[in-house]
Amino acid sequence: MSTAQTMVNVTINVNGSDRNEVVAARTLLVHLLREKLRLTGTHIGCDTSNCGACTVLLDGHAVKSCTVLAVQADGCAVRTVESLAAPDGTLDAVQEGFRQEHGLQCGYCTPGMLMAVTSLLTDNSTPSDHEIREALEGNLCRCTGYEMIVRSVRWAVDHPNGLEAPA
Amino acid sequence: MSLVGARVLRKEDPNLLTGRGRFVDDLAPAGCLHMQFVRSLEAHARIVSVDTSEAEAVDGVLAVFSIRDLADLPTLPSSPEGMGRPILAKDKVVFAGEPVAVVVAEDRATAEDATERVVVDYAPLPVAASIEVALAEGAPLVKEELGTNSPFGMGPDAAVAAETDAVFAAAPHSRSLHLVNQRCVPTPIEAQGCVADWGPDGLTVWATFQAPHHLRNKLVDFFGIPAHSVRVIAPDVGGGFGSKIVFSPEYFLAAEASRRLGRPVKFMQSRSDAMVLTTHGRDQIHDVDVAFDDEAHVLALRLRVIQNVGGHPDATAMGLGVLTTWMASGCYRIPSIAAGFQVCLTNTTPVAAYRGAGRPEAAYMIERVMDLVADATGVDPAEVRYRNFIQPDDMPYPSATNEAVVYDSGNYPAALQELQRLIDYDALVAEIAENNADPSKPLKGLGLSCWVEIAGFGPNGSLEGFGHLGSWESANVRIQPDGSVIIAVGTSPHGQGHETTFAQIAADELGVDFDKITVRHGDTATVQQGIGTMGSRAVPVCGEGVKNSSAAVREKAKLIAAHLLEANPDDLEVGDDAFSVRGTPSRSVSWRDVAWASFQPLEIPEEIGAGSLEDTRFQTVPNFSYPSGAYGCVVSIDRVTGEVTVDRYVCVDDCGVVINPLLAEGQVHGGAAQGIAQALYEQMTYDENGQPLTATLVDYLVPSAADLPHLESGRVVTPTPVNTLGAQGIGESGSVGAPPAVVNAVVDALRAGGADIDHIDMPVTPEKVWSVLREHGIIAGGGS
Repeated sequence: MSTAQTMVNVTINVNGSDRNEVVAARTLLVHLLREKLRLTGTHIGCDTSNCGACTVLLDGHAVKSCTVLAVQADGCAVRTVESLAAPDGTLDAVQEGFRQEHGLQCGYCTPGMLMAVTSLLTDNSTPSDHEIREALEGNLCRCTGYEMIVRSVRWAVDHPNGLEAPA
Repeated sequence: MSLVGARVLRKEDPNLLTGRGRFVDDLAPAGCLHMQFVRSLEAHARIVSVDTSEAEAVDGVLAVFSIRDLADLPTLPSSPEGMGRPILAKDKVVFAGEPVAVVVAEDRATAEDATERVVVDYAPLPVAASIEVALAEGAPLVKEELGTNSPFGMGPDAAVAAETDAVFAAAPHSRSLHLVNQRCVPTPIEAQGCVADWGPDGLTVWATFQAPHHLRNKLVDFFGIPAHSVRVIAPDVGGGFGSKIVFSPEYFLAAEASRRLGRPVKFMQSRSDAMVLTTHGRDQIHDVDVAFDDEAHVLALRLRVIQNVGGHPDATAMGLGVLTTWMASGCYRIPSIAAGFQVCLTNTTPVAAYRGAGRPEAAYMIERVMDLVADATGVDPAEVRYRNFIQPDDMPYPSATNEAVVYDSGNYPAALQELQRLIDYDALVAEIAENNADPSKPLKGLGLSCWVEIAGFGPNGSLEGFGHLGSWESANVRIQPDGSVIIAVGTSPHGQGHETTFAQIAADELGVDFDKITVRHGDTATVQQGIGTMGSRAVPVCGEGVKNSSAAVREKAKLIAAHLLEANPDDLEVGDDAFSVRGTPSRSVSWRDVAWASFQPLEIPEEIGAGSLEDTRFQTVPNFSYPSGAYGCVVSIDRVTGEVTVDRYVCVDDCGVVINPLLAEGQVHGGAAQGIAQALYEQMTYDENGQPLTATLVDYLVPSAADLPHLESGRVVTPTPVNTLGAQGIGESGSVGAPPAVVNAVVDALRAGGADIDHIDMPVTPEKVWSVLREHGIIAGGGS
């Protein structure tokens, strides 16, 4: 009845570790991350690449991991929300900004939002409010109305070392 | 220092910011199976046959069920009397997307693939996809057994209607409006889902739900099993906005599948599922008449509401019209009001609560009416509102809409004054007028919205009619042996921050450090009982319970502290994690020592006994609370494209005493965003065959950061006498107040540009605005 799935071997550096997995060819990156690697911080909120809850960094660039096949990430480096904080739990500047300025409520869109902001601040360390809003256009939040997300990003811009005293 | 009123950062955040949140879709118990729906492609059709054989033969498929396999199960809870919704479509489907069968398989992809092999033979029936069609003579009946598509309605009382008609007959002026409050999709970013595990110990269901005890109680009834054997857990829940208090079939089907197959069963809606399966909101039509005098005093109101309830009416949907008609008076002293509603079944997705649930519709109606009166009399819109406001001295104010509606408190003139101050009203009006005199500039308009809503659902009898166990909310405060505190509450947050808010309240009452307090929720096995999070009730009802329980525990602890200090309990004060003798701070004992002693019968008086430092409340409140506010919106309209841009959006809220200004502001922002989105962007549309045209996030425009304006906030504080916190509730405010502020601004701009219109329907799309501009000669055309 069901056609046998073509299986593919992929090697992806995920949050600093090389992971070798055998996956069905149709497997999306988000499903590899969530279901095989059990990195459940990356969320799924739609099936049309609109919501951005699944945003991760692929070789440093924000991508929607529901729109990338796992095989397309073969040989690439992927960063997920689980990699942002220090091992002792100290939040990075973007995470701390969201905490300080109440940039999250239910927290479901937050991991994708954090990765999109991380990508933005890599490209542009001093974005205007307008640039922040434009950069986050692909990440939907239904709780905050975005005002405090913009403030959160502003906090991260103003505190590049997070809560630590500036170097 | 008091924590109530302080900008305290959230306890919830570290987990959610590091990917350590635990949402239902993150759960993967050993042996878990996956369930998928076969959704109806037809909006209204007889089901001739359902052939599951081919799907059953797929490798990895364990079971396929249609209603004939589930004939022994009752109809879904929360169906109104005589309108029971079968657990899967039976005999016919009544909306596009209605689940017809379920497939259970080893993994989600296999289940999804197999749904395509279930062959359903439909015999299409004529479709009633809109209120207009459903109420026309000879319309197709959504439920033939009812003999009508409008089986329920309420009001107005005949005597009230006659009295109101008499006021209209004698009134100097009257005007009318026809308003469409369009259908919206709540769209929490986490769609609905569950994992059900029915084992030898009983049934456990993890569910994306706002009211886990409510679901537990209904699972007990549905399956006829004892409550002690059923556990419902709402873990981290990714938003709800009212849509996650509805008894969707999946919760019951996943449990039944788990029982039959002996393994955990998971179901997660895809967004495509969610857009048609999760209940929708709003979808009312209003016909309203207003009578007023030369000085713009409103004399009477007549309101007829039709509520589209979709293909399977939910009990909540029957109550939406109640809330709309109850709140028809808005912030205004209107002596005579005749308001009534009827429900209308259509071949569309069922409608239930969506943030505000009936009150945004009322606020929209009355605030559009106030602008209509302003236009008709030439009186400034702010002045019209001042002339008609219920005054602070009038509180408590019994509304003319219904004897159950008695406004608790509020200061509507103060809120509008504060808004006018923040926007520099006179200067702004002058600036807009100057701008509009220049045809090369975009048209600008200013909209006001002075709104009031009904919240704090806690008076006895207020929720029972919707199938809840009660209207109280429960709180339990338990001191641990080290002096730290665990609080268990019956509300179930999904973004609101109850762990933080309730800990602030308890910290003040107990004198215990905020960091030593944990608030637990969302698990029927660890929380005594509960009702749930809805109707802006968490702080005014549950928060009051937390406060009272904490105070009771503090007083009991004072007895132990007094014993240890050899002092009089009445002489003790508490703070900074210690009890001390008033005026002699050196005589003190730590909370830790008191807590430890409370578990040592040898160290405390015999009559106190071990474990006394605990208290449980089933908190009720004597009245609803009525949060209010004044919102202002400035829009620009592109004279060529008709596109509306919000230039400025200012919210002045009065929810009484604020527990945490950061969280309160966040609630207002979120609601305002949803309200602005309703005004400008969102609408669930169907074609005449009942096919949804906006069933993905490509077609249904949930706005992004780039679409929404900077939000400004102000505040007026009028403490409510309904609870000792003085707090009214804040969760729905923004969504209640926003739509009329935006639409009033658009109408103001279009009138300033020369369009002689009274109204424009939501969502105010560029196409609608462009048509008005074109029709009234404001632009000459727009291409060939």
